[in-house]
Amino acid sequence: MHDQATRRQFLGLAGGAAALGAVPAVTLRPAEATPAMLAAAIRNVVGGAVVRTGKVKLDVPPLVENGNTVPMTVSVASPMTADDHVKSIHVFNEKNPQPNIGNFRLGPRSGRAQISTRIRLADTQKIVAIAQLSDGSFWSASVDVVVTLAACTEEVL
Amino acid sequence: MAAALINVPKRAKAGEIIEIKTLMSHIMETGYRRTATGEVIPRDIITSFSCRYNGVEIFHAYLFPAIAANPFITFFTVATESGKFDFEWIGDEGFSETASASIAVE
Repeated sequence: MHDQATRRQFLGLAGGAAALGAVPAVTLRPAEATPAMLAAAIRNVVGGAVVRTGKVKLDVPPLVENGNTVPMTVSVASPMTADDHVKSIHVFNEKNPQPNIGNFRLGPRSGRAQISTRIRLADTQKIVAIAQLSDGSFWSASVDVVVTLAACTEEVL
Repeated sequence: MAAALINVPKRAKAGEIIEIKTLMSHIMETGYRRTATGEVIPRDIITSFSCRYNGVEIFHAYLFPAIAANPFITFFTVATESGKFDFEWIGDEGFSETASASIAVE
């Protein structure tokens, strides 16, 4: 009787482990941002505000050979005057270990709402750029990028 | 040790929008890589980059491990008056570097 109980427990545990096993590479990449983390990171920035699509242009090559250094340019259509300018630009990703890429603070003295940098991408994924305007509205653009050689996965010898 | 590369136009017309390019040499260790023996390499990144134009901050970037090694950042500003740009990078392990460039505005 007692034996059967433990056997049932064992099978239950094994079943649970098998279900976990269905998610590949859990042990290889313990930290991976999920779409839920992406949504949470965006919510941290925008609060409850509505994020509309448009105004923002996100330039990233659609096919990336090396995820360790990917050129990225974000520009926002804005006159950049004292009354109407971009306050900040926030860039997020879906599948790197962390959902944030960078936050950039601009102002009317920027003249042009455009920033460029080089980023790392750990996987084929979606990148989202969100701009906050001086009137408090949020605008976004997203791009899907295919990465053939991922960043973060190589070992250091 | 660390070296900054700054590209600011030497002169500009008043009101002209100029592009500023900056590069700081830094490993930007993500904190997610492991050595061959399995130990996690601690995070070592630049977390903050700012630019002041005659003392007033005109641009500030907050960086994460997803920024590639040797952070290269370009942005724009309106050339308002002759003076100096001060750049500052701050990061983990007490990393702090500054650089400056001057501009003549006609």
